[in-house]
Amino acid sequence: MELNAKIPDGPLEEKWTHYKGTCRLVNPNNKRNLEVIVIGTGLAGASAAASLAELGYQVKSFCFQDSARRAHSIAAQGGINAAKNYQNDGDSVFRLFYDTVKGGDYRSRESNVYRLAEVSGNIIDQCVAQGVPFAREYGGLLANRSFGGVQVQRTFYAAGQTGQQLLLGAYSALERQVALGKIQLFTRHEMLELVVIDGKARGIIARNLVTGQLERHFGHAVVLASGGYGNVFYLSTNAMGSNVTAAWKAFKQGAFFANPCYTQIHPTCIPVSGEHQSKLTLMSESLRNDGRIWVPKQKGDTRKPNQIPEEERDYYLERRYPAFGNLVPRDVASRGAKERCDAGYGVGASKMAVYLDFSSAILRYGRAEAHKMQMDHPDEQEVIRLGKNVVAEKYGNLFEMYEKITGENPYEVPMRIYPAVHYTMGGLWVDYELMTTVQGLYALGECNFSDHGANRLGASALMQGLADGYFIIPYTIGNYLAGEIRTKPIPTDHPEFEKAERHARERLERLKNVGGTHSVDHFHKELGKIMWNKCGMSRNAQGLQEAIGEIRALREEFWRDVRVPGGLDELNPELEKAGRVADFLELGELVARDALERNESCGGHFREEYATEDGEAKRDDEHYCFVGAWEYKENAPAELHKEPLNYEVMHPTQRSYK
Amino acid sequence: MNLTLKIWRQQNQNTKGRFETYQVSDVSPDMSFLEMFDVLNERLINEGKEPVAFDHDCREGICGMCSMYINGRAHGPLHGTTTCQLHMRHFHDGETIVVEPWRGGAFSVIKDLVVDRSSFDRIIEAGGYISVNTGNAVDANATPVEKDKADNAFAAATCIGCGACVAACPNSSAMLFVSAKISQFAELPQGQPERRSRVLNMIAQMDKEGFGSCSNTGACEAECPKEIPITHIARANAEYLSATFAAD
Repeated sequence: MELNAKIPDGPLEEKWTHYKGTCRLVNPNNKRNLEVIVIGTGLAGASAAASLAELGYQVKSFCFQDSARRAHSIAAQGGINAAKNYQNDGDSVFRLFYDTVKGGDYRSRESNVYRLAEVSGNIIDQCVAQGVPFAREYGGLLANRSFGGVQVQRTFYAAGQTGQQLLLGAYSALERQVALGKIQLFTRHEMLELVVIDGKARGIIARNLVTGQLERHFGHAVVLASGGYGNVFYLSTNAMGSNVTAAWKAFKQGAFFANPCYTQIHPTCIPVSGEHQSKLTLMSESLRNDGRIWVPKQKGDTRKPNQIPEEERDYYLERRYPAFGNLVPRDVASRGAKERCDAGYGVGASKMAVYLDFSSAILRYGRAEAHKMQMDHPDEQEVIRLGKNVVAEKYGNLFEMYEKITGENPYEVPMRIYPAVHYTMGGLWVDYELMTTVQGLYALGECNFSDHGANRLGASALMQGLADGYFIIPYTIGNYLAGEIRTKPIPTDHPEFEKAERHARERLERLKNVGGTHSVDHFHKELGKIMWNKCGMSRNAQGLQEAIGEIRALREEFWRDVRVPGGLDELNPELEKAGRVADFLELGELVARDALERNESCGGHFREEYATEDGEAKRDDEHYCFVGAWEYKENAPAELHKEPLNYEVMHPTQRSYK
Repeated sequence: MNLTLKIWRQQNQNTKGRFETYQVSDVSPDMSFLEMFDVLNERLINEGKEPVAFDHDCREGICGMCSMYINGRAHGPLHGTTTCQLHMRHFHDGETIVVEPWRGGAFSVIKDLVVDRSSFDRIIEAGGYISVNTGNAVDANATPVEKDKADNAFAAATCIGCGACVAACPNSSAMLFVSAKISQFAELPQGQPERRSRVLNMIAQMDKEGFGSCSNTGACEAECPKEIPITHIARANAEYLSATFAAD
């Protein structure tokens, strides 16, 4: 099968305008008769559901949480990028496009990224109109800050809770449409199968998580906005319930899965404290604007951080990358921390951590405040007090969160941080219209692969989720549904619905009936260890081959030995987890295979065999400048298809942040 | 640490619940409260028993899904902290901890510690939004907002919708939750066109759901994990009054 990305003709900056001007439209009278299913209520799902309902489509929206407001977009902290150039510092649509493609290590599709940059400004307008309380300057206008990997200030934020505020905006738009009867909302529901009829996505099987009942839902089109698959690593910054199930079921029905090996390891997370650890907590990247990262110059130094004098500290990012310093992109910062810890310079009890230190920032801000208050010779205590106030205003909630988790006060002692799995750039393959390889099946937000290449820049996930939902799918879905106005709703007693429901039921029964001796979490943790050790921040061919074998063996053991208590017809969190982990056990193998297939290093995919002399990632544009899209095969390994990436405007070079 | 847990167990909405007692040993002070529950559940599964059902998702204090009533307090003993951010270092060895679900007129138990909070969504549906369709917006900087007002709106908007305010209130009132949303939009220029209808409709829906009235006990403010103050309730009352008179 030839992958056709359906990229419109014409110059890059005219493609989207041209598309919007020529795509097919659906008459309002027909929109009323067309039904769209949206899976997930995060930024992409909620914004899509609300916008489609506003247009007049009948929308059914599903989430596994008890309320649409709880999707994991809510936890995004730092901010959202937009090429507004409000700071007059040289930003533009082109520069946001350029930074995103470069940050993605030249593994994304130019046309999609350009469109993302183009609509970014509209997102901010839309959110402000919804009453999203972004941070503002004293003049009443919006404030900005900078984020890793770029040199302009284009990030809009609401303290360290930007995701929460944006999601509540999208959620309120969604609930408004629920009240208007345009959206039917199904909370505590989980999609378990995709229904495909005559090659087109026509519905889903969902499990009501409270009653355990399986339900059939028809849609003229199905939109997946079900997030990323970071929990394949068990420990990640994702929510406990975040899962790949919806995307994986789509994969098994013919949607290609693209670049699964591109996983983002975020550099600033709170380190693991013990075996009981259930998730990892991110400390926003915005902290790197003011925090300085260091380790002791002396190996195995056991002194407390405050006892180590300035000249005995190695600010290794500032040393290695003077142009960007602590603001290098995430993949570069993460590998830097791993390199230092592996070399024996790590800190804390586990020695798997580095310091993120705010003492310089506290002094700098304190002096500026003292100056503003016309204090000529403030004593140091006073300067520190004033500086702490400024830092508290910027990052107060993050500092509190750190203290709650670790019991240490980051105003007094440096934070200890270590990289953790955070985001997955890979996902379902989509064309320019965000349609997967299954007709009428769309993938939005983190669920798709399209915009971030091999590495995502900070504050770009929120941008992409909302761009897809508010400004892209409302146009592109119309182009498809215009051809469906004669399709009457298909009754759910259609054989394909029956087959899909049978499938879902048999699998649940199978999980329940294994009756083994180990809990679901046991297998999930084992999978996570394999993934992290052999398919994590750095990978090599031998380790990946071992990982594939170990995952297969673990999968067999799971189906022989898992124990799922409780019944099928009731609220049963263990049963929900079991289904998700079973899917992760299949996905994990694909991630490792994709990583093994890609004999180069790029962005979040670092192969030890492919590095420059000073340890930087070494791409191979001649052989690997493509999207790797995997096709599911029943009873055979998945098959790799390649979509070549043609750079018409950008010229791939080795990324340099030095 | 070794602990004794008394946990509310209830099979479903239609059956009666009861407390069950469990012993947990080797609890690390660095565990979160929910990780301690993970350890307990792992053991129950290994013993062939049914684990305790409880709501949780982000485990970083922002999704609002976790909801335990611990030793008589919503989200436990620590001020301004959700259950998932509560760590075992705040308990002592040998302690007995009582864990119950949220209780309150409009919240019902679904299973064990899991409750139905969908009434909160219906209150938002009644008016907790600004009616602006996608694509209608003007440039974001076309409407300046005073920094103080923007900061106030933000502070109100940090509510995570967990329901601790209702669980803590002797009247099971949802006024803190409702008033925070009313306050957020009343502060902003974007919220003005629907200011009157919003407060009237949201309060009407709150009453319809069966939440009690506010009698200013302040329990909600004391237990709110996001430390949202009851001054919002005073503000919502003022908004309600002026909307009532203005409507006539």
